[in-house]
Amino acid sequence: MTDNAKQDTAPVLDIRGLSIRLPEGGDRALAVTEASLTLHAGQTLCVVGESGSGKSMIANAVMGLLPRPHVEPVAGEILLDGQNLLTLGEPELRRLRGQQIAMIFQEPMTALNPVMRIGEQLAEVFDAHLNLGAAEKRQRIVAALADVGLPEPELIYDSFPFRLSGGQRQRVMIACAMILQPRLLIADEPTTALDVTTQAQILALIRDLQRKRGMAVLFITHDFGVVSEIADQVVVMQTGQVVEAGPAASVLGAPQHPYTRKLLAAIPGGEVRQPQADAANPEYHRVLQVQDLCKTYRTGGSLFRRGREVPAARNINLELLRGQTLGLVGESGSGKSTLGRCITGLAPFDSGRIVFNGRNLPQGGSLMQRSGGKIQMVFQDPYASLNPRHRIGAAIASGPIAQGVPRAEAMARTLSLLALVGLGPEAAERYPHEFSGGQRQRIGIARALAMQPELLVADEPVSALDVSVQAQVLELFATVREEFKLAMVFITHDLRVAAQMCDQIAVMQRGEVVEYGDTARVLGDPQHAYTRKLIDAIPKLSREAQPAQDTPDVAHQAERHGEVWAPGAEAYAPPAPAMAARAGGYA
Amino acid sequence: MTTMKTNQSFWQRFCHNKAAVLGLAVMAAVAVLAIFGPLMAGNDPWDMVQQPFLHPMQEAGFALGTDTMGRDILAGVIHGARVSLLIGLVSTLVSLLIGVTLGAVSGYFGGWIDAALMRFTEIFQSVPSFALALVLVAIFEPSILSIVVAIAIVSWPPVARLVRSEFLTLRQRDFVAAAQLAGQSTLRIIVTQILPNAMSPIVVMASLMVATAILLESSLSFLGLGDPNHMSWGYMVGSARTVLRQAWWMAVFPGVAILLTVLALNMVGEGLNDALNTRLRRKGR
Repeated sequence: MTDNAKQDTAPVLDIRGLSIRLPEGGDRALAVTEASLTLHAGQTLCVVGESGSGKSMIANAVMGLLPRPHVEPVAGEILLDGQNLLTLGEPELRRLRGQQIAMIFQEPMTALNPVMRIGEQLAEVFDAHLNLGAAEKRQRIVAALADVGLPEPELIYDSFPFRLSGGQRQRVMIACAMILQPRLLIADEPTTALDVTTQAQILALIRDLQRKRGMAVLFITHDFGVVSEIADQVVVMQTGQVVEAGPAASVLGAPQHPYTRKLLAAIPGGEVRQPQADAANPEYHRVLQVQDLCKTYRTGGSLFRRGREVPAARNINLELLRGQTLGLVGESGSGKSTLGRCITGLAPFDSGRIVFNGRNLPQGGSLMQRSGGKIQMVFQDPYASLNPRHRIGAAIASGPIAQGVPRAEAMARTLSLLALVGLGPEAAERYPHEFSGGQRQRIGIARALAMQPELLVADEPVSALDVSVQAQVLELFATVREEFKLAMVFITHDLRVAAQMCDQIAVMQRGEVVEYGDTARVLGDPQHAYTRKLIDAIPKLSREAQPAQDTPDVAHQAERHGEVWAPGAEAYAPPAPAMAARAGGYA
Repeated sequence: MTTMKTNQSFWQRFCHNKAAVLGLAVMAAVAVLAIFGPLMAGNDPWDMVQQPFLHPMQEAGFALGTDTMGRDILAGVIHGARVSLLIGLVSTLVSLLIGVTLGAVSGYFGGWIDAALMRFTEIFQSVPSFALALVLVAIFEPSILSIVVAIAIVSWPPVARLVRSEFLTLRQRDFVAAAQLAGQSTLRIIVTQILPNAMSPIVVMASLMVATAILLESSLSFLGLGDPNHMSWGYMVGSARTVLRQAWWMAVFPGVAILLTVLALNMVGEGLNDALNTRLRRKGR
């Protein structure tokens, strides 16, 4: 990927003035308006934008996967090695797919056929394009599996997908895409569904394979952290239009368009929250205490067979004061959500105690008896957390009404809460499907606050949201926390969010708290190897300038930011210039 | 694309299915016939008013002819509509009541309650439903009430299964957890939170169950187990069976009435399915 090599060769992919039409009645006429981009061999071009910006449409247009005739390109051309893909028929496109262009998708869990062995699925690519003997096919597939860093490729060849983890499946998908050595690899949010540590590995793998093979990579993402990890060129899209394009270093370092600046500023992780309350504070009040909490899931057991036991929580000890926020971080499967559900009472636990406001919460019984509705929860999926058949106002007011608050008062409280979370009174009469993800999450917060809770458990409340919306919702959380003197348990997999929101952080791994302490201490001076691994895996705008993985533009970029991410040092390095000012004392 | 679909009203999506609109029109006609027909039909369906074996259109006032005993077939078909619809609707309501309750309890609570209720359901599913209905009606005296009860008892298990599976998935939704945290009672959660979301498949199934119930009633009265005080289509077909070759009209007209009604109900059900179940639950982005 040297600079002079790419200059004199023709681009692998050249998109000129591409417009894609949406069906009538959509939210805009064109999904993509006159987008142009150029991608050379050995380069990675990131298309960045929020959901609905049309970035995936471009990828699907290149692959010829648009749901025609409802959505189809109406102008422009897509040139692959000089050949216009839009004028090709289905048979020619089929020959190109797999051989010249390959694609990896967002959801590795559903991208593989669950009833076919891994080897058979990869063999299909060969069967479609080449005529190979069985022995050679097997040999090449095993080699491809080894290439993507899968352990024991021979074994994986004969495995069914359910035996593999999400990260391993994504590696299989990459092996499948790379097997015929395509000129162009399209990756549509390939790491969004993965844990942060797995994401770092997959990004490293794509970078590594690209360097070896000299492919062009078209990388679709919404995460600027990922962009800075992998991109040579960046194209920023907003509502179907390319608003900014250029080399990664200049777009990230000196963004020209206000939208790009907004997206960059919205990335969390700039500041580390200072502990709010301490023993000297007159408001010192212990809201929650978790003592030796244990919970084990048993699955698949029957009369004659012992089931599998998965410990979701082992001897958890936590403490939370009024007005404070405790972050639970860890990878998926670490038991952080289970712990949150145990605290709210939605899930039973095996042993230990949960003390809320000095009262031991009994197991079982109705939730009302347990906490009097003073423990509330904000959920991850804003689409599943609101009843689609209930009006917003009724959904928020039903809690207080169930508590015995008179209807008129409950409705008044609902309207004032809607105003607090930034929605007008007319929202009360509408149904959830009329709101966006961010608005729904605001409604979810209002619903929780309607119960006048003392403890709020937020389970990944922003992970389903776009980055700019995410920033707004986090701000709302911070506001209501101060206003209502709430104690909060904030569950997240994103250390950047945790750093911004939490006073204390508990790092969880396989059901155990491996590190617990003040945010600045845990992130600045991590003691446990797992914490360090999590911190290292965060995609960051200012990459550590290590000689080993040094490329000219990356070094340049780190220089430009003048910041270095250094785990073990005292600082949590702010990723964006805008953040640097605010976090002055830390950088 | 999905937004476009969901923005259409229920009625627009229903009308998209032309067969469903036709079915609805036929059902409306049958309903009018059932409600007002007997008031206008001149003859009592049991009275012997003319000579037997009268051909259709042979005599003024007897458009569909008479049967073996000189009874007016048109009057029989009109009165039969009332019995068929009544039994179809009431028995469906009763079996919905049983099926939805058991299915909801089973799906919501899960565990041993679910296991026990589902085994109980399987007992009913393991007996051929028509045979069971036959036995039940034979044990109790054949009457409208006993026929309704028998049909309801044999047709609730599929409803329970459907409602249970809907509840199993809806129960996991976060809005149910939120309602629990808000301190809503279990009954309230089942009725106001989950049930409305399970309504679409239940409505579709109910429309098809009315058709099945009408067929069951016709079969029962064909075998002579109808209510002896009420003229029904099945009874008319049954009594015409012996003279089918001499007098085709005695079996054909009530038979066509059954066919049209059941077909119309099925088409309406199909339309309801199109209109209600396209609501692709929008997920993620």
